[in-house]
Amino acid sequence: MISHHTLNPKNSRHKRWVKGTHWIITVSFLVLAFSGYVILKVHPRLYWGEAGNSLTPALFELPISRNYQHGGWENNTPFFDDTDSPVSMSRNFAMWNKNSWARSLHFLAAWFLVLTGVVYLLAGIFTGHFRSHLWPRVSEFRLRLFWRDLIKHLRMQIPSATNGPQYGLLQKCTYSVVIFFLLPVTVLTGLTMSPAVTAAYPFLLKMFFGAQSARTIHFFASATLVLFLLVHVVMVIKSGFKKQIRAMTIGK
Amino acid sequence: MKKNQLITRRHAIITGLASLGGLLLPGCSKKLPPTYGNILRMGDVLTYVAHRTLLPGQSLVREYNYGDISSFPAIGTTNPADPAKWFFNEDYGRLRSGAFANWALSIEGRVARPASYSLADLQRFPARTQITRHTCEEGWTAIGQWTGVPLSLVLNNAGILASARFVNFYTYDGRMDSIDMFDAFHPQTILAYGMNGRDLPVPHGAPLRLRVETQIGYKSLKFLKRIVVTDEFLDVGNRPRGWAWYTGI
Repeated sequence: MISHHTLNPKNSRHKRWVKGTHWIITVSFLVLAFSGYVILKVHPRLYWGEAGNSLTPALFELPISRNYQHGGWENNTPFFDDTDSPVSMSRNFAMWNKNSWARSLHFLAAWFLVLTGVVYLLAGIFTGHFRSHLWPRVSEFRLRLFWRDLIKHLRMQIPSATNGPQYGLLQKCTYSVVIFFLLPVTVLTGLTMSPAVTAAYPFLLKMFFGAQSARTIHFFASATLVLFLLVHVVMVIKSGFKKQIRAMTIGK
Repeated sequence: MKKNQLITRRHAIITGLASLGGLLLPGCSKKLPPTYGNILRMGDVLTYVAHRTLLPGQSLVREYNYGDISSFPAIGTTNPADPAKWFFNEDYGRLRSGAFANWALSIEGRVARPASYSLADLQRFPARTQITRHTCEEGWTAIGQWTGVPLSLVLNNAGILASARFVNFYTYDGRMDSIDMFDAFHPQTILAYGMNGRDLPVPHGAPLRLRVETQIGYKSLKFLKRIVVTDEFLDVGNRPRGWAWYTGI
């Protein structure tokens, strides 16, 4: 991996706009993950399609709050005369619910993530950052090399830190998936849960198979991002924590 | 040459951010709900301004087929006539035992002809029936068919004044909330007296509930009692307990 160090000495340090957007997005993401978890705790059931609630079957339910499989449903009343009619039931269970602040906090952090993300994407395209550092080169993308890099990482043979964006193949692929797939998917599925946004852009509901499917995809994409964050931190520690943090902050 | 480019790029970013700020400032200088109080409310305002400026017009929410109608939880106040509950309302109990024959919706405030509308009065307006998705802030959704009178028809009938900016709703279970004129005159914003082809059941807000399809479920107040049109934002309702006023998201 020596070639990476000598690839382009002029660009061997992280750019200031990369560092800035990196940390704003980091903080936004942590706030989003926390508030998202609080929101999920209120109704920890996930569904597929457009409609999903306590009276309809769920894909699965997470035992993460006292709202998990709660009772307190009464007055089962069918809407129609047929036997498999949808029903109305009244809830007298006192819910655990912190959504008053959790929702507003989630959307506030989402604004920071989206606006910073747009700045990052534009800068990444127009400065050539994506082209020269992030996207795997056609010549380097070989399945065999990818596999070898993956095995090395699994054996915890992590290349030591450089001071800048000289990324390995697996690293490039992972960052590209996070930046160009997982983060956009969380943002778009988040918007698909908004009644005003889907009124204006109904294609979102088609694209994600319905509002509840969007919520489920939002959950899995976010969980994958949390997993990425954990692995990312482990890699930073393994490749030289002090040097990495300095390179991403005050390092010139 | 490299250096020149770098400066140009930085200038471009700074100019971009400055113009974005410039776009947002006029939004903040107008008197907008909800009132500022903390950073969360400022985020809510940003969402509100962004939706009103960036989303195209009064787009209709998706309407579903009859077969898509799903089971529908009734939550919060499920019967204001229940004397055992904290939300018990004696007046509502009386109206309910009289099959809502004496129930009437009063419309007052910034209207030329303040009036009281009985259920029969409201049912004489051209009706609108829509099968829509109810999105609860808790995370669940349910699809139901709603029949009612578009709020715009009632407001025009009462002669809404040009200075009017908000429509405030008061209910028999002691709630209050408001929407702006954009949502009040949305074609799918209706005062519903029917659900899934029958009279609106008590747990879902009999005899009349609001349906604001472009916002989260808690804006669609049940058990309507009174509508007051105002030219200023009243900071009551859910806000003191921390809930966002605008919930299009």
